Parts: sequence; structure tokens; C-alpha cells
Amino acid sequence: MASLGAIATAPLKAKREGDKSAKSIVFMGVLWFTIFFSVLCLGTLLVNAFFDGWTRLDGNLITRYSSTVLPETAGARAAILGSALVIVMTAVLAIPLGVAAGVYLEEFADPRRWYNKIIEVNLTNLAAVPAIVYGMLTAGVALSIGLPRRVVLAGAIALALLILPVIIITTREAMRAVPREIREGSLALGATPLQTVWRQTLPSAVPGIATGSIIALSRALGEAAPLLLLGGLVFVSYDPNGLFSGYTVLPIQIYDWVKEPQLAFQQVASAAIILMLGLLLLMNAVAIVIRNRYQKRW
Amino acid sequence: MTSHTYSTRADSAEDDHEAAPRVEVNRDTRRSLPPDPKPIMECDGVDVYYGDFRAVTDVSLGFGHNEITALIGPSGCGKSTLLRSLNRMNDLIVSARVEGSVTFHGQSIYGKDVDPIEVRRRIGMVFQKPNPFPKSIYDNVAYGPRVTGMKVSSMDDLVEEALTKSALWDEVKDKLKDSGLGLSGGQQQRLCIARTIAIRPEVILMDEPCSALDPIATSRIEDLMIELRDEYSIIIVTHNMQQAARVADRTAFFTALAAEGSGDRTGLLVEYDLTTKIFSAPADERTENYISGRFG
Amino acid sequence: MSSTIATEGSSSQTTPQGVDPDSYNKDPAGFLRQRRGRYGERVAMVALVGSAGLSVLVTIGIFFALLVPSLEFLREISIREFLTGDRWAPTFADASFGVLPLVTGTMWTTVIGLLIAIPFGLGAAIYLAEYAPERVRRFLKPVLEVLAGIPSVVYGYFALYFVAPTVLNDLLSVEVGTFSVLAAGLVLGIMIIPTVASLSEDAMSAVPQSLRQASFALGANRMRTTLRVVFPAAVSGITASIVLAASRAVGETMIVALAAGTQAQVVSSPTEPGQTMTGFIAQTATGESSPGSLTYNTLFAVGLLLFVVTLLMNVVAGSIVRRIREVY
Ligand SMILES: Nc1ncnc2c1ncn2[C@@H]1O[C@H](COP(=O)(O)OP(=O)(O)OP(=O)(O)O)[C@@H](O)[C@H]1O
Ligand SMILES: [Mg+2]
Repeated sequence: MASLGAIATAPLKAKREGDKSAKSIVFMGVLWFTIFFSVLCLGTLLVNAFFDGWTRLDGNLITRYSSTVLPETAGARAAILGSALVIVMTAVLAIPLGVAAGVYLEEFADPRRWYNKIIEVNLTNLAAVPAIVYGMLTAGVALSIGLPRRVVLAGAIALALLILPVIIITTREAMRAVPREIREGSLALGATPLQTVWRQTLPSAVPGIATGSIIALSRALGEAAPLLLLGGLVFVSYDPNGLFSGYTVLPIQIYDWVKEPQLAFQQVASAAIILMLGLLLLMNAVAIVIRNRYQKRW
Repeated sequence: MTSHTYSTRADSAEDDHEAAPRVEVNRDTRRSLPPDPKPIMECDGVDVYYGDFRAVTDVSLGFGHNEITALIGPSGCGKSTLLRSLNRMNDLIVSARVEGSVTFHGQSIYGKDVDPIEVRRRIGMVFQKPNPFPKSIYDNVAYGPRVTGMKVSSMDDLVEEALTKSALWDEVKDKLKDSGLGLSGGQQQRLCIARTIAIRPEVILMDEPCSALDPIATSRIEDLMIELRDEYSIIIVTHNMQQAARVADRTAFFTALAAEGSGDRTGLLVEYDLTTKIFSAPADERTENYISGRFG
Repeated sequence: MSSTIATEGSSSQTTPQGVDPDSYNKDPAGFLRQRRGRYGERVAMVALVGSAGLSVLVTIGIFFALLVPSLEFLREISIREFLTGDRWAPTFADASFGVLPLVTGTMWTTVIGLLIAIPFGLGAAIYLAEYAPERVRRFLKPVLEVLAGIPSVVYGYFALYFVAPTVLNDLLSVEVGTFSVLAAGLVLGIMIIPTVASLSEDAMSAVPQSLRQASFALGANRMRTTLRVVFPAAVSGITASIVLAASRAVGETMIVALAAGTQAQVVSSPTEPGQTMTGFIAQTATGESSPGSLTYNTLFAVGLLLFVVTLLMNVVAGSIVRRIREVY
């Protein structure tokens, strides 16, 4: 980097320099290396997880519960079911709230009003609050209103709050992409602003919202930190069966196994990582298909 | 309706500033119009602001019942701004503000109890760029009646009637379920007109409805306007002088003047009269210059 | 006309009232008033406003949820001891509550992370914004997105079982134990590369093309244009991206909980293990600490510190970004 600084302060020559000078080629090489590094890290990470875990990608992984004594046949059954339940609940909580807030901010809020400015600034800050803080918030609130905190619902609430800013931003972007002419056409026909949103803008924005929401949910699926205070790490050997059931989720289960020193736990952790990454890939693929297939081009 | 002829005097001397306007009006509608309109809408001392910028100032005129009124003038003189303030479309622009009075049947449309939704149901609007909804042709036309909760005995009949009146029925009757976006530009614009007349407004505002269309589509829309005139009052913004001459009963000419202090250009009404008068014997020199193509 | 259309049409026939063309004669003063109550719409509007307002409530909730136990904590431990003490041993018999060890742990992992993420993130950003042909971009952008989308627990695994033993010990012959702030920081850096890269790329892409053309016209080549024209013009956006990435590094939990260790000590060398603020929260959260106990309140005091630090960083980044928006 020091040599780049030297180049940067060299005076501009009026003569045309080519892009083939030695310095330029070195610079290009450095850029290429930085890119290559990212690709390399990703590749190594994936290959490493696969080599550690592929022997344990078996039926036990999805049909059996975890075990402290028998890592060779331990499975992530409770975690898979727990993740499914928590993510569905997260979606149920976060999508309606996030879409409603996004619709308000994009279609109705007068940006000059102080309260709308506060909401805007607040959203950008919320989007960057550490994930674990959402767990502390939910735990604190659950405690003060006397509800159990180590249950599915608490986990889902924490994750829903975590992805709420993402869904709001996604919704706003999708609504903004709908041309103004459509809104004007609807209003000029005597539709109310809400009818216009409900019958024109929102339907046109659905593909964009769906894509963004799925990506946000995939983030929630891999998120462990906020759930550490909200249920994780009790060895769960039963299927979660409701909103107030104890539970664990895949990333917590992985964390749990990674911390165990035995090699067999490391292997089952890798196998669960492969499973989780596969699920994430699937969700993202679905999101991309929706975006490419249903997104309207104006 | 086929012989709205007009001619531009090919032989008019380039340097002869005293020459009569180039556009001649020969409309065989043979309407005997009173010198002053029987107004359905009236503007009185209307100023429109965008924030601190005054886009239009002191406009006073009445729009005739069952007449076509054309608003003409150079670009940026505030024609669209004025038009949009006639059905409160300007409400959608947060910075826009209207001062003065705009009345509809004598009732101020900016009054305290007035519902802008109700205003827009009665005063429809067709935009410069055709903007059909991404829905079927049928749903495009049925949209207005549905959202306004219109009581209709048969929606199918209403759709057919609106499409027929807008001279589109024959072209689309077999593909009502196809997307409105699949039509040609001219068809799309007629669909937008059909959509507007389906809610039976009293006034239709049109902002350069033909500027995105070819001459054939344009002439179809012009014919349509003249047919619709019997049932609706139409106010049209156009840059096409011949179009104003062909279809409009009355014409209002606007221009923009720079304010003394700032360089802001504010639009104002120069002259408003029967179209025949505006195009044959304009009272104001600026009008004459504009319609004869020496200005703007 | 087909039956589906007919039924669609007929469904709305039940709705009441149409426009009465003669209404202005019957009611010359009130015909433009609102006809229907539209109460449903008002309810819906309240719901929309409420949803947007909820986000403010969340922030207030976070603040109070963290503040109340923290105040309890400060009733027993002086704020001076907490912020300046250099021994962190809240659960020991001779308990001590100096948070400096956790703060230095966080600083080590964050700084190491930034040392990785700044050069590699900026390099990627420059390449994507100024050099990459469209086809390469279309391959690289998803790679960065995938990198950003990998759960942090997976990165933690990677740090613990690959970076520390294989990369550091075997390949680079760096003597580190199972846990070290070095391994955690390196992987943290990889994780935040996409943050630096994508936000910096946005900043550089926002530099007007005319500036580049002016530079080319003066005879500068692409490298010089990038370094002397584009980079300086985008420097505030790039700064913001780095501050945001740092804030993410400070708040990241799973990597440091797995790879940095659980020994709260003032770290003096990157090869040592150490505990971060988030690492402490993760460790204590999973244990059984009964609400109201000092241990539980300690958790929230550290949480509040973490929240305040990241909030300050985000506010700084946000104000930089806002200033750029005003420039362009
Ligand atoms: N949304 C807006 N915000 C601020 N100023 C505006 C806005 N819309 C129009 N203006 C300004 O108001 C003035 C009048 O614009 P308007 O669009 O009404 O002109 P016009 O006569 O319709 O022009 P044209 O013939 O080009 O359509 C212009 O100076 C324009 O810049
Ligand atoms: Mg206009």
C-alpha cells in the first residue's frame, strides 16, 4: 500500500500514459490479488466444511436428536424442526410489519416532518445494531412482562426485529421502482391513496418484496447470536411443538457442537454446516428466480 | 368529422411580421358559441407555487360546459401545472400549493370540506404518456368503477360502452383479458380515455394526450374528443397548434415571464377567447407571434 | 365474453352508490364532500403509521432493556471501576469488574479484521467500480454477496478448525494456540470484506463520469485517474464504509465466541487468546444466570457499552453519508 501512496502523490504528466506501464500492471496485479483472495476464502471455507463433514451427511443427521455421549450418530432433528418453526414465525411477524412500515414511509410519509425524519434516521441505525443486542432486548422485555424467554416465540420475535429494517428497506425500494404514472393514473380515476397502494403499487412491488424478504429470512436462518439468551444450548431431544415450546435452531446446534473438542462433534458440525448452507443456497436461488421471473420491467 | 381542414400559408413572406397567422381555422362543427363560456369550472386569480417558486400567477378564466378548451403556450409556462391544479393532482407533489379560487359548479374544489377523491372522480385526467395499468384491458376499464364503488347493473356493459365510446371496442373486443400493456401507443391512450370515461366524469383533463402518438393515432383521438364533447367538458394542453385549431372551441394562450428579482419564470394567461378568434385575430401581439411560429 | 370476466365484473355490482350526475343541483354546497366514511381506510392508515412507529419503539425498548439492569449493576459497582479497571472476573470469588480486558479484546479483533478488510475490500471495490468488464462483475458481485451471506457461526468454525491450525500454525508457522485474537480477527476481516467492498464501490460509482473524462483528457491513464481523481472524490463514502464495517466487527459475536477464547485478559499480542465484549455476553448468556443477579446485570452493562459504541460508529458513518448526498 505504501507504493500506491507514492504513485498517488506523483505529479500528473501532460503526456498520455498507457495502461501498459509497469506501475499500471503491478496495480492491476494487486487488484486481481485482492479479488482472488475473496474468492479463495470462499472456496476454502466451503471445501473445508465439505471435507470435514461429508462422511456425516447421512440419514442420522436429519432423523436423530443430538447427543452428548454419542456424537457419531448424533443428529440435528430438533434443530432443523426448530429452525423451520422459528423462521416461519419470524416471517409471519416481520413481513407484515415491515411491508406496512415500508409502505407508510414510501407512499404516505411527508419527509419534511420531524417525526418521519426521526423514523428514517432510526431505521438506518437499527439496521446496524449488533444482532446479539436484539436477543438482550427480547430477553429483557420478556422478563419484565413475566413471559418465558427460552421459547420459540421469543426467538422469532428477536429475529423478526433483527430483519425488520431489511424488509422495510426492501419494500421501499420495490415500491419506488413502480412508476409514478401508475399511481397518478389510479388516483385520477378517483381511487383513494390506500386503494392505489393496495391495488396497484403493492401488487407491482410484490416480486421485489418477496425477493428481499427471502434473503432477509435466510439471514435470520443463519443467525445464532440473539438466540443465545433465548433458548439456545439446552440439549433439546424433543420436537418443538408450539410457540411456547423449548427449542434449538441449526446455527445454535452447530455452535454447540463446534465447542466440543472431540473430532466426531467437529464432523457432525460440518455436516450440519453443509446442510445449513444448502438451505441458504436454496432460499437465495428461489429469491433470484422470483426476481428474474416476476419482476416487472417498466 | 372528416373535413377539419386547415392550411398553413405556404406563401407567407418570411420577413413580413404583419402577416396573418399561418394557421387558419376551418372547422365544420358550425357551433354557434356565445362569446363568453357557460362555465363548468372557473379559475379566479389562481397562483400555483412549488415551494417558494411561483410557477403560475393570476390566472382567471372559465371553462365552458360541453366545450373543448385548449391551453397553449411555450414549454415551462405552467400549462401542466395549471391543469393538475384543476383536479387536485397537485396534492401529490408535497411542495405544490394553490392560491386563488378554483370552482366546479360554483363550488371551490380546494374548500375545507372537499374530498380530493370526490373531485378527481368528477374531473378525470388523461396523461401525456399512456399509462395503462399492468392488468387486463377489461380490468383497466373496470378499475375506476370498482374503486369508486359505482353501482353498475352490468360491468360488462359498462366496459363495452366505455371502450366503444373511446373507439377501441372493435380492436380489442376479442382480447379483453390480454394485458393493456400489449396494445400500441395509440390504443393504450384510447384505453386510458376509456378508463376515464368509465367513471362518467363531467370534465376530462388531457395533458398533451397525443404527443407520444403518430399522426393517424392522433387524428383518431381528435375525432374522439369532438365526439365526447357532447357529454363531457374537455380541457386539453397541447403543443400542436393545428390540434388546438382543429378541436378546441376556445383557446387560452399562456406565456412565461421572468420575475424582476430572480430569474424565475412565472407563467401567466395572456389571452383567452374563441379559438376562431385566437387563430384569426388575436388581440395580443405575443399570441400572434406564438401561433405564427415566431416565438416559443 | 368469458364467464370469469363476467363474474369478476358482477362482484363489484354489490358495492353501493354511483356518481349522480345531478348531485350538484341537489346539494350545491356539499356535493364534493366525502361520500363514504372510509373507516376501513382510517384503520389501515393507523396500522401503517403504527408499524413505522414500531421501529422507534424498538430503539427505545433496546435502550431501556439495557439501561435498567445496567443501573442495577452500577448500584453495586462504581462506573469508575467498570470503565477503568483492568481485571475482568465477574464470576470469581474475588470478583472484579474492570471492563478494559473485554474492550482491548474487542479492539484487537476489530483492528486485525480491518487490516484484512480495508485493503482487500478496497481492492475489490476499485476493481469492480473502475476495471471489471461487465461479465466479470456479474461473476464477482454474487461471490461477494455469498461471502456476506455466510452465517457467522460458519466463519467461527472456519477460524477454529482451519485458520488457526492449518493456515497460521502449519502454513505460516505462527505459534498460536486453539484460541487467539489473531485467528478470530482474520476471519472477522474476511467476513466484513463485502461490507467495505460494496459500500465503497457505490461511493466510487457515484463519482461523475465527467471527472474521469477530464482526467483522461489530461493524459492520465486509468490507474492514475482511479487513484488521483476517483478515490479522493469518493473518500468520504469509503470512510463511511470502513466505519460501518468496523461497527459490524465490534458487534460480531459467534466468530469471537468460538475462536478468540474465553480468557478475559488485557491482550498484549495477537497470538494470545482474549475475550471480547460480545464473547463475554455469549458465554454468560448461555450459562444459567438468574435474572436480577449481579452476573445477569453485568451482562446488560456490557451490552449497553457495546450498543453505545456501535451506535456512535453508525451515527458517524451516517453523518458522513448524509454529507455526501448533499454534495452530489
Ligand atoms: N414537481 C415540480 N416541482 C417543482 N417545480 C416544478 C414541478 N413541476 C413543474 N415545475 C416547474 O413549474 C414550471 C411550469 O412547469 P409545467 O410542467 O407546468 O410547464 P408546461 O407548460 O406544462 O411545460 P411543457 O409544455 O414543457 O409541458 C416549470 O418551470 C417547471 O420547472
Ligand atoms: Mg406540460
